[in-house]
Amino acid sequence: MFKLAKKIAVAGLVATGLTSMAHAETKLTMYYPVAVGGPLTKIVDGMIEEFETQNPDIDVEAIYAGNYNDARIKALAALKSGQPAQLSVMFSIDVHELMDLGAIVPFDDVVSTDEDKAWLDSFYGPLMQNGKVDGKTYGVPFQRSTIVMYYNKDMFRKAGLDPEKAPSSWAELVDMGKKLTTEDQWGAMIPSTGYPYWMFGAFTKQNGEILMNQAGNETYFDKAGVVEALDYWKSLGEEHKIMPAGTIEWGTLRQNFLEQKTAMMWHSTGNLTAVKKNASFDFGVAKLPKGKELGSPTGGGNFYLFKKSSDEEKQAALKLVKFMTSPDQAANWSIATGYMGVSQASYDTSELKQYVQDFPPAAVARDQLQHATAELSTHKAGRVRKLLDDAIQASLTGQMSSEEALQKAQKQAENILKRYK
Amino acid sequence: MLGKGILPFFDIHMKNKQYIQAWLLLLPALILLAGFTHIPTIKTIWRSFFSLGENTDIGFVWDNYEFLIIDDVLWQVLGNSFWYLVITVPASIVIALAMAMWINRHMPGRSLLRLSYFTPTVLPMISVANIWLFFYSPEIGLLNSILGLFGHEGYNWLGDPDLALYSVMAMTIWKEAGFFMIFYLAALLGIRPDLYQAARVEGSSEANIFFRITLPLLMPTTLFILVNAILNAFKMVDHLFILTKGGPNNASNLLLYYIYENAFSFFETSYAAALTVLLLAILVILAVMQFGVLERRIHYR
Repeated sequence: MFKLAKKIAVAGLVATGLTSMAHAETKLTMYYPVAVGGPLTKIVDGMIEEFETQNPDIDVEAIYAGNYNDARIKALAALKSGQPAQLSVMFSIDVHELMDLGAIVPFDDVVSTDEDKAWLDSFYGPLMQNGKVDGKTYGVPFQRSTIVMYYNKDMFRKAGLDPEKAPSSWAELVDMGKKLTTEDQWGAMIPSTGYPYWMFGAFTKQNGEILMNQAGNETYFDKAGVVEALDYWKSLGEEHKIMPAGTIEWGTLRQNFLEQKTAMMWHSTGNLTAVKKNASFDFGVAKLPKGKELGSPTGGGNFYLFKKSSDEEKQAALKLVKFMTSPDQAANWSIATGYMGVSQASYDTSELKQYVQDFPPAAVARDQLQHATAELSTHKAGRVRKLLDDAIQASLTGQMSSEEALQKAQKQAENILKRYK
Repeated sequence: MLGKGILPFFDIHMKNKQYIQAWLLLLPALILLAGFTHIPTIKTIWRSFFSLGENTDIGFVWDNYEFLIIDDVLWQVLGNSFWYLVITVPASIVIALAMAMWINRHMPGRSLLRLSYFTPTVLPMISVANIWLFFYSPEIGLLNSILGLFGHEGYNWLGDPDLALYSVMAMTIWKEAGFFMIFYLAALLGIRPDLYQAARVEGSSEANIFFRITLPLLMPTTLFILVNAILNAFKMVDHLFILTKGGPNNASNLLLYYIYENAFSFFETSYAAALTVLLLAILVILAVMQFGVLERRIHYR
């Protein structure tokens, strides 16, 4: 009995050894956040399948893990417990924290050929701002967005406004907003839960300010221009009454827009395809209005390579990232989701060219890129972000003045960041 | 004799073989308890004293606990948790009892009513929170639509710092009451009917019957429910992830959610450990109060 079992076991071992030799596969595990849900996973699965047919020696397993925060937690937990993970799409603004944890390597260390280097330079500059630290590229843009203004053209017509002209300045936003606000609808809604700091990044950029330095160890929350930007945001609800007072929920905002409860909304371009599919009215997409200048932060997820993997795996991971960000794939991705094509070359593909021609809103995010700035990203990013979120909400809900709230946040942020200077 | 089967290693009469067998029987539960409860608890306490941020080799520090005291947000969170506890626990217990009394009589459609009261308990917290999110939504939500019928312009339920915590509480009570009702219902069915008959023969009023018979006989159940309700008041934070994320400006943040934020959003694991020890301490104090003080006053049959 015992001998027989032993024989079977040995045979089994030999057999598995043989098969794995025959394939000599490199196995990749990729963590992927699903911030918008549903069809996204199918699209990514399709891309991976195509990659695997092109590269039969590489086997990719994608693990989908909730929102950005969940994906980061799961990927880091997996690495900590010794499970393999070679790459992940994570929040572009997690870069400093991932570096502090020693989890990632720069792409510069993995690329070797001139072709690879050219690829690394092929992306839109503003999309690289959150991925570069000390001159090295840690994050390669993939699932990227800016904030754009969606507006309801039918409502514009009804209010006697030109449906092809969305408000282009802060003053116009207020004026038009007032005309659009009625008993049953609001002029505009700008979400202030979920990612308040992100929306605020747009206001501050439009007011000619930035929120932090590139090294991620200084914040500028209490600068006069930043306070002014928050006061303007607050005035939309409190003074001009074109927006509900208090905070506005991120998660239900799209539904508000689709049910025509607001004439305008600021939201991620990542919503574009969903709005297009579900809107029962004529809608337009425009750049955010101008304060002193035009502006929006970039947003979304970048590819990162994990340190804890063999050179072979790193090369395979690089191959995958290159494939996923190649012009053709990026074009498909952009059409399917509404996220933007990450390089000029992707907008030069015939598919995306055609799509943009038929559906001009798809180009707004890209056109806005030249005015874009980095999204708030610092060391201890989660905590610093929360400080700013709390300050914004405290001001919008009337608990504190903008100045008081932002000064408090700045002081606490300085306290946290002094370790990283 | 007493130790037999419970504490096998104290039982000197046990034969060697039985002794091993007893341990083997205990082993699965012991491994699970130790692995997922006791060892992590000890590690957490250890970490709260011997680490700071990412540094784990710095020896003994008080810093994590010092930060507890100067952390404004924590004090706000503790205040929130206190009100959450003192409002949701009695409210859900009273409603549960009322519902149980209501459906514990013969009337048409009784099982349908029972089912509808119990439904909130069966549904997963995250999915009902997603539904409630839309109830509460100011423009398109159910609640404001109803208020709108009376000409009221409605509230920003989750976006107003004065209302957010109460909105979260309302959902908790709705969720909890149906669950507790089941226990009350079972207990009510267990009360001997002759007690009521005797009381009625004596001409006792309904109020008197309730306070002198029903309520005292339900006390053991009430204690059980109370313990569970208090634990849940600290444990149930799933809906915060969907409804408010603790906002606006921490107005609806609760202790366990704050621990999660520190551990997983901020990566302040050692501070999160100190917060966890604080939570443990609060729970221990509450448990001692419940079992030490309340239980002595409860009438068991």
